[in-house]
Amino acid sequence: MINDMNPEDIVGEFKEVSLDLYDSISRKILYTDIETPYPDGKLIVSTTTLKGIITHVNPSFIRMSGFTEEELIGAPHSILRHADMPPAAFKDLWDTVLKGDKWQGFVKNLRKYGGFYWVKATVIPNVRQGEVVGFTSVRRKPSRTKVNECVALYPTMF
Amino acid sequence: MHDDFHAQTDAIKNDAVDLIYANSFDAAMLIRDKGFLPLVKAKGKSDEAIIAVNAENLVEDVAHLEAGTKIAYTDDPDVKMMGMIMLEPADLDASNIESIVTSTNILVAKKLLQGDADVGIFLAEAFDDLSKMIKMQLRVLVKSEITDIHHSFMIGPKLLDKREEIQKVLLEMNSCEKGKGVLSSLGFDGWETVEVDEMEFMIDLVDALST
Repeated sequence: MINDMNPEDIVGEFKEVSLDLYDSISRKILYTDIETPYPDGKLIVSTTTLKGIITHVNPSFIRMSGFTEEELIGAPHSILRHADMPPAAFKDLWDTVLKGDKWQGFVKNLRKYGGFYWVKATVIPNVRQGEVVGFTSVRRKPSRTKVNECVALYPTMF
Repeated sequence: MHDDFHAQTDAIKNDAVDLIYANSFDAAMLIRDKGFLPLVKAKGKSDEAIIAVNAENLVEDVAHLEAGTKIAYTDDPDVKMMGMIMLEPADLDASNIESIVTSTNILVAKKLLQGDADVGIFLAEAFDDLSKMIKMQLRVLVKSEITDIHHSFMIGPKLLDKREEIQKVLLEMNSCEKGKGVLSSLGFDGWETVEVDEMEFMIDLVDALST
């Protein structure tokens, strides 16, 4: 379940855009220029079903995303999708993990309040008895150099 | 008992182990290739790492470390992995650091105190156990808060029919004085059960972090 973003949740001036997400989902998002720095030493961890529906989140995920656990469990992982992320990045992610391979990239994630945070993300298929049953996504603190490269590169990928 | 992590890993590969207190790296091989199952883990404990420098080092933030930094660490693969992840914000990786591998966390501290290393990666628990005098001469830059990575007591395929029995004995260790004494010497209050799903989750996590 995923809803359009609510202007009452947004902190600061915001822009509005409608995004086409994975699995034919459309969502109106509201986003600001407010960045939340990634905390040192922490990992954001989540697991999803094969269709990207969130089944587990850790406390760092809850704190950084701004959503409650109840809002996250059962929602598509694309609840974090920011307008500045090129669709090609997520197509590459899905193409990679559905083949059973590991994907890694730098991602600008959207917060519930409209702000954002950058992560270095790794997504791996969960293989049980030879079958992929879901995915685990682990995010860690990215270097500012890599983030700046992405800030320059991603707008050229639309 | 084995002298180092490599010797222990070799023993696992050669099927010379039936019961093991395994780190998360070895757990992957034990569960997926060797038919081991988890028994218990130390209650409320997780494996965490600390990045520390000599107290006189002027660096305040990991992100300010530069290529060529001399980094001391032990051959514990979990701790090294967690430490290297915390150095990524400085664009440091195996290709642009100078590695100094030691056999113990005390020797990591010694390398920092003697100026042979710029940065030390410690098992957090081992850092906490350093003497007050040594800790006063060091400064922690960052400590991991991963919480999902831990050692586990595991049982091999030859003993699987005794799994429940051994698990029960371990879980009840803190109910007698002798057991409490052993646990205390190990540094924790008791064991808690580890399910296979939890181990699989941790193995996936470590797999993701190893990239």
